[in-house]
Amino acid sequence: MKNFKYLVFAFLMLVTEIASAEQLSVLEETFFASGKIYVVVTVCMVILIGIFTYLFRTERKLKELEKEVYANNKES
Amino acid sequence: MRQNWWKVLCILLLVYTLGMTFYIRLNPGIIAISETTIQPGYTELTLVGFNTHFEQARESLQIFVRSDSNFICTDLIEVLDNDKVIFGFIAPSELPSPSIDIFCNNDKDGTLFLGNALFCEGVTKGDILEDCEVVVETDAQTGFGYPFQPRIFESIRNLMLHVPMWFTMFIILFISFVSSIRYLSNPKKEWDLRAETSVNVGLVFAFLGLITGSIWARFAWGAWWVNDPQLNGALVTTLIYIGYIVLRAGITDDQKQARVAAVFNIFAYVILFILLMILPRFSEGLHPGKGGNPGFNTYDLNSSLRAVFYPAVLGWILLGYWIYHLRLRMNRLRNKLYYDEEL
Repeated sequence: MKNFKYLVFAFLMLVTEIASAEQLSVLEETFFASGKIYVVVTVCMVILIGIFTYLFRTERKLKELEKEVYANNKES
Repeated sequence: MRQNWWKVLCILLLVYTLGMTFYIRLNPGIIAISETTIQPGYTELTLVGFNTHFEQARESLQIFVRSDSNFICTDLIEVLDNDKVIFGFIAPSELPSPSIDIFCNNDKDGTLFLGNALFCEGVTKGDILEDCEVVVETDAQTGFGYPFQPRIFESIRNLMLHVPMWFTMFIILFISFVSSIRYLSNPKKEWDLRAETSVNVGLVFAFLGLITGSIWARFAWGAWWVNDPQLNGALVTTLIYIGYIVLRAGITDDQKQARVAAVFNIFAYVILFILLMILPRFSEGLHPGKGGNPGFNTYDLNSSLRAVFYPAVLGWILLGYWIYHLRLRMNRLRNKLYYDEEL
């Protein structure tokens, strides 16, 4: 969980760094190429990464529940 | 398997829409002209097209410029390739309007149009003496493709990715709204659990909608965040629902927590509805279809977009509901385990 927070922080730093950079031309050149198709690719990737991150976090919570159940079973 | 039919449907719809999002081609259009401001007199300009067939349909290629409702004929100088053509015309010193539109016509692409493509500096207002006779003969079949729109170009495909996020959020939060009402009329733990879980899942889709919208805005409107009523409304509603989670965490008494949260949640959905569905209709903004409809209106949404957009919305809603259902079952288990409550 701690690592995840650092990762999000690093990502935000990177985004602000890119957004505030003087030479936006590199970013614009990449994304304006081929009729802005890379915007769609990025958006698609963001959505898939977002959904999968959420699924992984759900799984981690489920794992904690499993641990609890097995610990309870051993006691009784 | 019989009760899982909607999950199969969800997978099929998402595979279909994700494939079609990238597979269907974009209709031809004009991206830009080499210059944006010109002086009166003879000018040579390069026209840059996208998915056009200038070379293949060279015989039938015609280019016109228009000022207000007067057409001026142009000469084709050279067809460089399928996407580039050089043309020249004499801009008179008297024009009805200094902003000039460009039309391009050929047998393969049909008629393409770029409005306000050129600005003619230093012209006086007046009529054009020699009006060009426009004879457009084309039986071009543009076929099945996404519409070409200025500045958006290929990123129109984002319609199938960004917009369903908001639809899904709406439906998931509607579940939460109904659950909260049912909790108030019948205070069972189950309704509270449903409300809490669906706000959690709805927020994921709200965040995805905000991030993807921000990326799209950067490359279509030029800024990561613009002052559009729909954008600000979306941000405010997201913050309100974060407030819901904070509120829950802040109250330790179970009964009280559930009741206060339910009341908050009902108001939150009403505000969400006002901010996202009603207010944008009354204000100017950058989102398409302003002044009546906050979404794409019927004019913007052609048959090719519809054939993918509606299945995409249904597919993402089903996926959202699936994730919500998994989370709900997990939360029920947790409650059973920690508090030994009735399921």
